[in-house]
Amino acid sequence: MTDTPIPAEASDGVGVVLPPSIRDVEPVRSVRTPIRLEYDFIPSAAAQQYLRAYGEKRILGNRSPVDGAVFVPPRGVDPRHGVVADEMVDLADIGHVGSFCVTHLPIPGRRDLPVPYVSAWIHLDGADIGFLGLVAGCANEDVRIGMRVRAVWKPDGELGDTAENVLHWEPTGEPDVPIAEAGNRAWGAKQAAAADDDADGGDSGA
Amino acid sequence: MTTLTVVTAVREVAVVSSAVHQVEALTFTTDVQLMVPLINEARGAVGLTQADIGFTCSGSSDFLAGQGFSFVQTLDAVGAFPPISESHVEMDGAFALYEAWVKLQVGEVDTALVYSYGKSSPGSRRDVLAVQLDPYTVAPLWPDAHAVAALQTRLLLESGAVSSEGLAEIAVRSQHHAVGNPNALRASAEATVAGVMAEPVVADPLRPSDIAAEADGGCVVVLAAGDRARSLSDRPAWIRGIDHRIDAHALGVRDLTRAPSAALAAARAGAGDDRLDIVELHGPTTSQEHILASELGLDADTLMNPSGGALAADTLMAAGLVRIAEAARRISSGDADRALAHATSGPCLQQNLVCVMEGE
Repeated sequence: MTDTPIPAEASDGVGVVLPPSIRDVEPVRSVRTPIRLEYDFIPSAAAQQYLRAYGEKRILGNRSPVDGAVFVPPRGVDPRHGVVADEMVDLADIGHVGSFCVTHLPIPGRRDLPVPYVSAWIHLDGADIGFLGLVAGCANEDVRIGMRVRAVWKPDGELGDTAENVLHWEPTGEPDVPIAEAGNRAWGAKQAAAADDDADGGDSGA
Repeated sequence: MTTLTVVTAVREVAVVSSAVHQVEALTFTTDVQLMVPLINEARGAVGLTQADIGFTCSGSSDFLAGQGFSFVQTLDAVGAFPPISESHVEMDGAFALYEAWVKLQVGEVDTALVYSYGKSSPGSRRDVLAVQLDPYTVAPLWPDAHAVAALQTRLLLESGAVSSEGLAEIAVRSQHHAVGNPNALRASAEATVAGVMAEPVVADPLRPSDIAAEADGGCVVVLAAGDRARSLSDRPAWIRGIDHRIDAHALGVRDLTRAPSAALAAARAGAGDDRLDIVELHGPTTSQEHILASELGLDADTLMNPSGGALAADTLMAAGLVRIAEAARRISSGDADRALAHATSGPCLQQNLVCVMEGE
């Protein structure tokens, strides 16, 4: 609560003179008023569907009704256009590393995880944004953008309605996705390809 | 006597569209999923998309969402890509509307989207409200919101300004007016003063009908300036005056039976310059509604809270903006020519905003 007392005349920077009765009193330097509020949140319908499917080793996404982009995990909306996106899409449990970092601090509660470890944006086949996962099953030095990976699920008996069903993602050994088409660039590459198709005599009414 | 300067708008600004949704609990709906259809409804009613909106301003509270910067996530509902000009207040949406009105006055933009929302059902609203009190000496004692309002009500009753029956009449009027309002949670054509007086007290002297019905929900308002407003709406609700005043925060230094900031805001918004057809007050208790009506000096011809007011459904962070939406809707429909909408924030009517609107 307190440390070294400070002289009263130095206790503020705006020239306030303290009343004599508290001039020699040790100043209050801080006050602790702990606040605890409890909330009882129920996941949205989209999150519930996602978690239930995830417990069955299936990964769901939402498809945008505007441009077909697929978001994972599903939130029930396309945030870029502010519209409802309630079409659910089953996604493969295989994809590529969109970006990654090597972390040298342990995750609380994950003593099984050797430090340093690799966390990555995993871009699933069929999805247009990445989601977070751990990459293991190879040397950290070998992890790279574009590397193909697949999910290593928990044993069936340990699966549940949680976000923790995938232990980590491991290399498949397939050829890499070119960097220019990896991660968040994939969506741009896809749109550019679609635009080329249009220019080649496709439907121009879109 | 102090001479008051009525703030004159340099630019005509009007409410051209609105949307409201209030229910008892949005159990399976996120804030984003609540706001997507509401925002699209309000923009769509006047044929606008987000690309047509010059400025977007929202109001909400992290203490309801239970997470920091929760409003950033709710921007998902707007369609904020490509990036938009946007702001947020940790207050009722009525105060976000004030910020948008200022932006329109400056002349930078011709249209604005204002929205606010509150989902208090996952937590304990009466406890959440304790954290808006003085953090050193009051909040650590955790006085719940009903108890604080009851202290104010007791003072009001003891002052002789109103009787318990007088407060019950306010509750009954609200329940009668709320009949037919799809966003009202507490509505009854059969409500009587005797019935209210027979209710057991919640926080003496407040009975359940004296306290606003807690709602989850949201509200969206579209503002436009000058000819843009005329092109979007057959009868825009022109904001002729809007003002926001604040009383002291500490409950002990105020006369809790008064709300001088409400009277001042009303005077500066020009409320008394002409007759008022309707008034929508944001009074979270019957006693607070009584105090507001006294401060605004309303006459008997004014229709009070035709929607039922905040007593019928009180969505934290949105109930004030809902008052503006309700009043504007009645002007645009031709049911009223001149209306006053009020919003409050803080404990015991600490902050007050008054918005005076007219048809053309």
